[in-house]
Amino acid sequence: MGRQPPGGRVLIIVPAWNEERCVGDTVREIRAALPGVDVLVVDDGSSDETVRNAREAGAIVLELSYNLGVGGAMRAGFRYALRHGYDTAVQVDADGQHDPHEVPRLLAKLDEADVVIGARFDGDDDYRVRGPRKWAMVVLAKVISGLARTPLTDTTSGFKATGPRALPVFAQYYPVEYLGDTIESLVIAVRAGCRVAQVPARMRPRSDGRPSHRPLKAGIYLFRAGFALLLALVRRWDVSVDAAALEAAGPAEGGAKP
Amino acid sequence: MSSYLVGLVGSLLVLAGIFELLRRRQLSEKYAVLWLVVGVVVLVLTIFPNLLTALSRATGVALPVNLLFFVAIIFLVCVALHLSWELSRVENETRKLAEDLAILRLELDEHKRQGRHDHG
Repeated sequence: MGRQPPGGRVLIIVPAWNEERCVGDTVREIRAALPGVDVLVVDDGSSDETVRNAREAGAIVLELSYNLGVGGAMRAGFRYALRHGYDTAVQVDADGQHDPHEVPRLLAKLDEADVVIGARFDGDDDYRVRGPRKWAMVVLAKVISGLARTPLTDTTSGFKATGPRALPVFAQYYPVEYLGDTIESLVIAVRAGCRVAQVPARMRPRSDGRPSHRPLKAGIYLFRAGFALLLALVRRWDVSVDAAALEAAGPAEGGAKP
Repeated sequence: MSSYLVGLVGSLLVLAGIFELLRRRQLSEKYAVLWLVVGVVVLVLTIFPNLLTALSRATGVALPVNLLFFVAIIFLVCVALHLSWELSRVENETRKLAEDLAILRLELDEHKRQGRHDHG
């Protein structure tokens, strides 16, 4: 069990769906980079050897019965974290795009914020987007920066650290719809009174899978991102009251664990 | 004129209903898009009734209202089909959950029994 000073007990959550080829290496790399920190792989209804490879690499594996999407997998992960007395959860993708060596920088920033985004930087590495996808990301960043009252450049990054105040909120309200795990989750965090911040993080090219560059896909992305943002803005989230209640209940639940 | 007003108020009410359901998080994104599109189309057709007439002329339908009925029936059949499909999927998923739960129960029982043996 990891007992890291920044952010309390830390759990790394790796949502994985049919990632048999890279999940083992990703878990091993995280364990090497962050000794003493627990790694939870949430298997999102994979039909391949993801579960076995993750277990062999030394991760705790949560097997979902069927595919729930990234948001559903993360919510399961957050609930596991809360029930087992972790204070902080960090999402790391199974495809190896996120560098686990960057995790301590995210955790360090948790002193000032409740949700820390590892923001991908354009230009200085292989991670680049353009066209409609880029415009969508710029507009999203502008709007959410305004809401969070802090400059955020990359609001669709999956590389995020969730601190002790935001964890109970996410465990209950983490959005499961398309793009909700990035855009809507930030809006919920802000509405619940959590502070959001970002640190620059280096992204690596995917070891598997392909990014979408086709114009039609980019157009659909633009539309869905805009719609997701509008939904996030008009939807009612009575989270602040519940969050306070949960915060009181959270540690008790963790303490009850043997 | 009054039928125009009734149509307008009706479609606005439908749109408001969809929006409110969305806002209260009672409607998920995939259904929301569909119903919003329908609501907007109905609203546009009520505001510009000539649009329907022009469309029916273009498609060779004698009565504009028949075009409306035709499209509406096609749409409703598609919705019914989609819902059946979703329901089949949900059924499959609950079955899977029940199976997994049964397996977990058995495993938990075995664990408990083993624990008792070890202690006793």
